[in-house]
Amino acid sequence: MNWFKYSSPATFYPLAGKMAPWFFAAAALSAVPGLYISFFVAPTDFQQGESYRIIFIHVPAAWMSMFIYVVMAFWAGVGLAFNTRLSSMMASALAPTGALMTFIALWTGSLWGKPTWGAWWVWDARLTSELILLFLYFGFMALQAAIDDPRRADKAGAVLALLGVVNVPIIYFSVQWWNTLHQGASVSLTRSPTMAATMLAGMLIMALAFWMYSIAASLLRVRSIILERERAADWVREWREAAR
Amino acid sequence: MLAALRTVIRRDLLLAMRNKSDAANTLLFFVIVSSLFPLGVGPEPALLRTIAPGVVWVAALLASMLALARLFAADYADGTLEQLALAPQPLAAFVAAKILAHWLVSGLPLVLIAPLLGLQFDLSGTALLTLMASLLIGTPVLSLLGAVGAALTLGLRASGVLVPLIVLPLTVPVLVFGAGAVEAASSGLGAQAHLSLLGAFLLISAALSPWAAAVGIRIALE
Repeated sequence: MNWFKYSSPATFYPLAGKMAPWFFAAAALSAVPGLYISFFVAPTDFQQGESYRIIFIHVPAAWMSMFIYVVMAFWAGVGLAFNTRLSSMMASALAPTGALMTFIALWTGSLWGKPTWGAWWVWDARLTSELILLFLYFGFMALQAAIDDPRRADKAGAVLALLGVVNVPIIYFSVQWWNTLHQGASVSLTRSPTMAATMLAGMLIMALAFWMYSIAASLLRVRSIILERERAADWVREWREAAR
Repeated sequence: MLAALRTVIRRDLLLAMRNKSDAANTLLFFVIVSSLFPLGVGPEPALLRTIAPGVVWVAALLASMLALARLFAADYADGTLEQLALAPQPLAAFVAAKILAHWLVSGLPLVLIAPLLGLQFDLSGTALLTLMASLLIGTPVLSLLGAVGAALTLGLRASGVLVPLIVLPLTVPVLVFGAGAVEAASSGLGAQAHLSLLGAFLLISAALSPWAAAVGIRIALE
């Protein structure tokens, strides 16, 4: 089996088109039970009341915001190192979804912060570093948008994405390094979670839904980017004639 | 190799001396922005003392962003940068030399004038010294990080707005610990920890930024 068969835009384009609906279906199939558990099955928190239920959106979005940045920086770095066009296109396709996840994490966090902390926003280490992550996504997209030559945009964006990747561990460990308002992680791989099993199940299923959605949305976006960049290529013309 | 680097530094300093208004403008911008804050928030000494470290640091940050436009632009336009990239010495070393010269012209004056601005904000003697020390360690980091942004945006139409947009998020730790050092000093906690962290940032960015900027320049020259 040739592992690099799908590393060319011409072969990846139809593959992404076939995969995207499946990931969308997986996202919907996990979001429905996830939301049901989150809102109807999971018990009410004895301290925070019902408002804690926002974590079922907030925590998966925050996880994805950091994870997508690392994946984006990885693909951008691969594109820079090996000069592969598709890797860079994948990085560009991931950026808007990552920014969306960062924004959702900040937005839901502020909705939760108002009833719980009594403020929409506090200058806590984790909130601030998540905000910087949003700025990094914006910077990456702005830099790529400002450069007309797509290959140069890919490479310049890759350097910036790799520089910004330093911020991700800072966000992740910020609640341990600085003992500020945002609470520590409730879920960890090394010790048992400090929450009820149904709450954990709801959160993990929602995380799966967010993950599937991110993959599906990025695949659709990378298809558009491929078409835009390769519009002069022969295979696009053939594909358009076949589709007609 | 060292001779080549010395030549680059001397050339950049000479160019800056022949056109003094560029460096002077950065300094004036720094002074004016810092002086606007007491006018905006009111001349309450206690309030001014509290906001002084942050205000001076943010003003220094903005001033160094403005200065970045000059770092590579002229050399890119007249082809000097291409010659440097073709030279047998590594491009990253030339970039490091250019950053050093740039800092001497645009960063060091900010450090030297900062105590004067601190007096406007009624800072104590120790706080003034800490402010100078934190700027002395911190402004080279701003020049180093900014060089990457300047290299990545070489020759772009919107580079003036774009450089701060992509560089400022990366400079946040410098701002936090730079201003934090002065606050710690004026509240009697000692600025040692903050200054040590700033020093760590300086070492890391000095090791990585010239390479990243050199990669950026090669991308722009392709």
